[in-house]
Amino acid sequence: MVPLSWYMVLSMIVFAIGVFGFLARRNIIIMFMSIELMLNGVNINLIALSHYLQDMRGQILAFFVIAVAAAEAAIGLAIVIALFRNKATAHVDEIKEMQG
Amino acid sequence: MIPQLFFIYFAFAITGLSLLVVTRKNPVHSVLWMLLLFFHIASLYLFLNAEFMAAMQVIVYAGGILVLFLFVVLLLNLREELRIGKYIGAGPTGFTFALALLVVVIMSLRSFVAAPPGIYSIDLIKSETHAKILGKLMYTEFLYPFEITSLILLVAIIGAIVLAKRRLKT
Repeated sequence: MVPLSWYMVLSMIVFAIGVFGFLARRNIIIMFMSIELMLNGVNINLIALSHYLQDMRGQILAFFVIAVAAAEAAIGLAIVIALFRNKATAHVDEIKEMQG
Repeated sequence: MIPQLFFIYFAFAITGLSLLVVTRKNPVHSVLWMLLLFFHIASLYLFLNAEFMAAMQVIVYAGGILVLFLFVVLLLNLREELRIGKYIGAGPTGFTFALALLVVVIMSLRSFVAAPPGIYSIDLIKSETHAKILGKLMYTEFLYPFEITSLILLVAIIGAIVLAKRRLKT
């Protein structure tokens, strides 16, 4: 039997890699992929807890996380397309109209 | 012993693949590594007796979201992408922040106390099948959140069309 804490450490590692990718990468599409990575880390944690605590609510929460991730990807990529139309760039350090 | 070895293989594969996703210079390579990562995560779900979630992972993530990403990557100017540096100036700060977050949460894991186990034991799931139990719960106890999820997806569809469509010249 694999201990529960192994799964929690694995999910934290995936989440931290996602945080790193979101904060450090220049390309906005890779930043969106890092968000997906973070959501997957949370899903691993939820499903492992659901299995070890013998409660289905964790898996239902993971199901809703997947639905929200799909919605978020659709909206985010539409924003990226609108950005391409206006600025023709995918680099976050070239988008600085908002800083006043 | 076999389950531990199995888990160790998947843990190292998932960690390495996530690192590959965030460090590759070519976004197409990143998306393809992420495809492999999602299949590994789906196998981990199978290992946790959650076969419906594994199917959802493959269908929604690998079949839907990644194809969407691949289409948007086609818009990129790959030649410029390969020439310019992949990290912004705040990259080391981001690395330090992520490492600090990892250390703090792993240290806090020692004080984790598990709740008493619920009624959905492995034998019950095996006799009833996983999808049936999940569907029963989803359509009775969690019906209201389920309907709200459908509303979220509708809003996402409309929002994506409104954001991505070309402005009409009046």
